[in-house]
Amino acid sequence: MPAKTLATLAGIAAALVALYVWRLAALPGALLGNVVVAGVLTGLIYGLMALGLSVIFGVVRVVNFAHGEMMTIAMYAAVLLFGAFRLDPFLALAPVAVAFFAFGYALQAGLINPFVERPEHSQFMLLVAVAIIMVNGLLMGFGPDARSAQVDYALDSFEVGPLVVDKVRVYAASVAVLLAAGLFAFFRLTATGRAIRACADNLLGAKVVGLDVKRYYALTFGIGAALVGAAGVLQAMLVDVTPALGPVYTLLAFVIVIVGGLGSMGGALAGGVLIGLSEALAGVAFTPSAKSMFSFALLILVLLLRPQGLLGKKAG
Amino acid sequence: MLEIRDLDLYYGDAQALDGVSLSVDEGTIVAIVGSNGAGKSSLIRTIAGIETPRAGSIRYRGADITGAPSHAVVNLGIGQVAEGRQVFPTLSVRENLEVGALVPRARARAKATLEEVFALFPRLREREHQAAGTLSGGEQQMLAIGRCLMGQPELIMFDEPSLGLAPTVVQEVFRTILALNRRGLTIVLVEQNVAVSLRIASRAYVLENGRVAMEGTGAELLADDRVRQAYLGL
Repeated sequence: MPAKTLATLAGIAAALVALYVWRLAALPGALLGNVVVAGVLTGLIYGLMALGLSVIFGVVRVVNFAHGEMMTIAMYAAVLLFGAFRLDPFLALAPVAVAFFAFGYALQAGLINPFVERPEHSQFMLLVAVAIIMVNGLLMGFGPDARSAQVDYALDSFEVGPLVVDKVRVYAASVAVLLAAGLFAFFRLTATGRAIRACADNLLGAKVVGLDVKRYYALTFGIGAALVGAAGVLQAMLVDVTPALGPVYTLLAFVIVIVGGLGSMGGALAGGVLIGLSEALAGVAFTPSAKSMFSFALLILVLLLRPQGLLGKKAG
Repeated sequence: MLEIRDLDLYYGDAQALDGVSLSVDEGTIVAIVGSNGAGKSSLIRTIAGIETPRAGSIRYRGADITGAPSHAVVNLGIGQVAEGRQVFPTLSVRENLEVGALVPRARARAKATLEEVFALFPRLREREHQAAGTLSGGEQQMLAIGRCLMGQPELIMFDEPSLGLAPTVVQEVFRTILALNRRGLTIVLVEQNVAVSLRIASRAYVLENGRVAMEGTGAELLADDRVRQAYLGL
């Protein structure tokens, strides 16, 4: 990019951030505190979603363009299970995650593995096609209207000093943190986790020691899918779901992973928190519909100032 | 033990191996020498199941393994110490070794083999928890050999084990290869260091342009005028 374009982009991004800070400074302190806490909690769920994308990309080197669509399907699963059986989404989490693992495993083993050695544009088209099929399937099945899973404690809240925090949000974010911690432990402490890291580290080396790389790829895609499935179930308790959310979340997951650092698991969580916070603050400082604008301004600033992302390693 | 007949390998339209035949007897050291691009690494990669040949056959202990995937080949006991060592840089030394024992044939004995590898390479034990990417070239080569041993191989293919290493380390690598052979392991050795590899090999093949140009015992090829001129500069 020419220096002039860079300077212009940086100028716009910096101006947005300045505007943002100026508007926030005018808000009452308690409101700001509530918004910050809610933003961080939502951000942890975003982080769990982005972790799925990051793990799949880091190991299989395939960009899951259907990630947000998978998130949306999980949200519908939670809403439907709640509507049909009054199944609390926290209980729906495990079966949905298991089903998503199986789906992700099958998708990688059956459809994506034959594509991993093909050029990137052909992988890209494959996953974009999967995403389009998913969104349109949802539209056909459920129509464009918003649905939600309103548990009977949906409006309860914890009051800590001047802060008022939704209970559901606290529980959902705690589950997201637990799942992320479980994932870290899995990669560090289990033989399968080490094998998956080995595949990500050196593909030829993995073949040399006799790892069945394609099986580990399928496992990894399954794990990534289970993570986004879990994130979707949690998110279904916080926002209404429509099919149109699919592409929105795909883009959001990309922004988070790039801001946090591609291939870094901690980065995906940190990026999620940052974007969740930025969205929440933009919502009160301006209007909720402006939230993406600030996320992308943040993305541009990160790309300019720290291209490898917050916790990413420098390339080369 | 290993019988290769008329192997043809292509990368797209470019032919890398052209009718290569060779045999490896159990307990021997077989050297494969030749200049850059002669097809030595392609041959190793094809035996290992990383490349798929267009024609020809590979038999191991009587079983046809032509076109078998790499994880199946390793599980039969054909190990490989690849060119460039191919360690897992962000995994610790110990994790690298543990991953080497994940093939089904090696899992049960992993703990005992780890102790054997640490006894063979004390330096690896000292560096047990260090990331493999931070090791020196010689240490990485030891790790690559140790990781291969973790898979309980009966035959090890070494691809350019001395490349890029300091002369004292090169000697150590060759001493290790000889020691492994004395323990009963069969060795296939691809080396640019032609003089040393012919000296320790019981049988050797010279590859040129993807074909076997000459074969014989190591001593015969060392005495051959063409080999001396082309590869030893004598």
